[in-house]
Amino acid sequence: MQSRGGFLRSLPGRVFQFWLIASCILVLVFIVAPLARTVVSPDAEQMWKTLGDPDVLRSVGLSMGASAMAAVLSLIMGTPLAYILARRDFAGKKIVESLIDLPIMIPHPVIGIAFLTLAGRNNWFGGLLARMGIEIMGTVTGITVVLFFVGLPFYINTAKAGFESVSPRLEKVSRSLGAGPGATFFRVTLPLCRRAMLVGMIMCMARALSEFGAVVIVAYHPMIAPVLMFERFTAYGLKYSQPVAVILIVVSLLFFIALRVVSRPQRRDS
Amino acid sequence: MIRVESLALCFGKFSLRDVGFQVAPGEFFALMGPTGSGKTLILESIAGLVEHAQGSIRVAGQEVGGLPPERRNVSLVYQDNALFPHLSVLENVTYGQRYHGIAKDEGRRMALALLERLGLTRVAGRLPVNLSGGEKQRVSLARALACKPDVVLLDEPLSSLDPQFRDDLRAALKDLHRHSGLTFLMVTHDFVDALTLADRAAVIREGRLEQVGTVGDVFRKPATAFVAGFVGMKNIFFVEGQGECRLGGDLRFEVPGASVSGHVALRPEDVFVSFTDRDAPGWLSLPGTLLGVRHEGFSWFAEVSCGDSRFTAALDRQFPEQGRLEPGRPVRLTFARESLHFMPDA
Repeated sequence: MQSRGGFLRSLPGRVFQFWLIASCILVLVFIVAPLARTVVSPDAEQMWKTLGDPDVLRSVGLSMGASAMAAVLSLIMGTPLAYILARRDFAGKKIVESLIDLPIMIPHPVIGIAFLTLAGRNNWFGGLLARMGIEIMGTVTGITVVLFFVGLPFYINTAKAGFESVSPRLEKVSRSLGAGPGATFFRVTLPLCRRAMLVGMIMCMARALSEFGAVVIVAYHPMIAPVLMFERFTAYGLKYSQPVAVILIVVSLLFFIALRVVSRPQRRDS
Repeated sequence: MIRVESLALCFGKFSLRDVGFQVAPGEFFALMGPTGSGKTLILESIAGLVEHAQGSIRVAGQEVGGLPPERRNVSLVYQDNALFPHLSVLENVTYGQRYHGIAKDEGRRMALALLERLGLTRVAGRLPVNLSGGEKQRVSLARALACKPDVVLLDEPLSSLDPQFRDDLRAALKDLHRHSGLTFLMVTHDFVDALTLADRAAVIREGRLEQVGTVGDVFRKPATAFVAGFVGMKNIFFVEGQGECRLGGDLRFEVPGASVSGHVALRPEDVFVSFTDRDAPGWLSLPGTLLGVRHEGFSWFAEVSCGDSRFTAALDRQFPEQGRLEPGRPVRLTFARESLHFMPDA
């Protein structure tokens, strides 16, 4: 039998273990409970009806499509900046890094208003875009641009961390073996950062999928899923918005599980 | 093959100043110095990975100072091997060949021949993560040689290896150098590597070259007290202007050939410890007190105080009186005058 002294000595360890396990359970319950409650709320008939509703399917498709496009744009346009921030030191680097994080910090309606100010038809830039045949306000293009804006920091920060994890010596050796900077990037750096970039795209897309505040100002129509849900909630109440929420939760969950599986790390040292 | 003249650059607070040396075609040259002395900076300057502020770097007769690394035709081997982790051993070795106009089939043949020479044929299809430290460094060497460079630059290639791999790789390096006929420039802080592999060597200290010469000269005739200490001459004493070395108290001795102030150095292997006077012509004998005996690996050293100075003497493993070497015991130190190496002050 354990003595009283032994019990007291092991008490801090036991408290720590209890704190670890209790916190994990509490946090998971906190995340799962409201979502699970939402998922089980609508009855089967309501769900079936919503699944056949073309407006719902269109909005979910638009949300997924515009978010995926934002992630692809982040990959194409954010990768060079992430690479430069990971590899170079220059005056004002901290300012650039802060600017990149700005879309995370500012309230999202502010982003919508900013785009409205910049690309509205009464603005010279909006007029210029219109003359070039590019409409931002109330279009899929506008939705994609806004989602790209709010998701970009997540991609850049994740990709930057990936580039930083690749030893610069690998690039130096590649250069000394005759490969130019471009060939070195595409043959050495990029393959080693592939996973970080994919995770960055997932983060970007996840952030874009959940966006509401900025999109509702730039493009109420065509409706993305969060806007449709908001409209049904305000116009018809909770009962009619829940099935849309369920579809969005299930689709997002399946999609992100699939992407996480695809982006599993391979065993290698760098 | 390599000609570095008046090289200078600043890297943070550290600077290289007026560095100059030449490496002949086919030579194995060692650049030695303690950690932080600027060896790797020189290597990376030659490779084009660090921009230098002043001076000239010529490789194979061509000024390469303004060229990017990929156009210098020099290959680099780092101490941590820097293998591309996503490529197999064979893919690593053939990586640079396409940029040197080597056809795919010929390159593959060359790579396989190199891997065979280095005993790596059986691991050709493996990823680097599945190799031992010694194998990784061999692959790194094969990769550097596979694109037929003018010069191979080696940045402490043996320092990260276990002792059993280090001896093997030394032998492999020697064999590759002899077989390829290429020019090798190796940076090292281990003078055993330089002694074993190099034809000529330079010693650098805090961004300045202290001595350039044959390995024999650097080890037997160091130019400065720093070089003497670096190459293992543990007994270094100040010599006054009249060529006299004062050890403290009444103990002093004349240094042959010294007429100006400087330092005198003596290898521990040239100092003998005994309990009786060794009276031989041309030998010096000094009284001392044994401070202790220590061993480094399989070598034994006696520390002896002589006046205010301290001598280190290598002991023969078969030293007959080793059992009587207890601290505090009076002993005699003897050494031949010709073993003394005088280095005048600059």
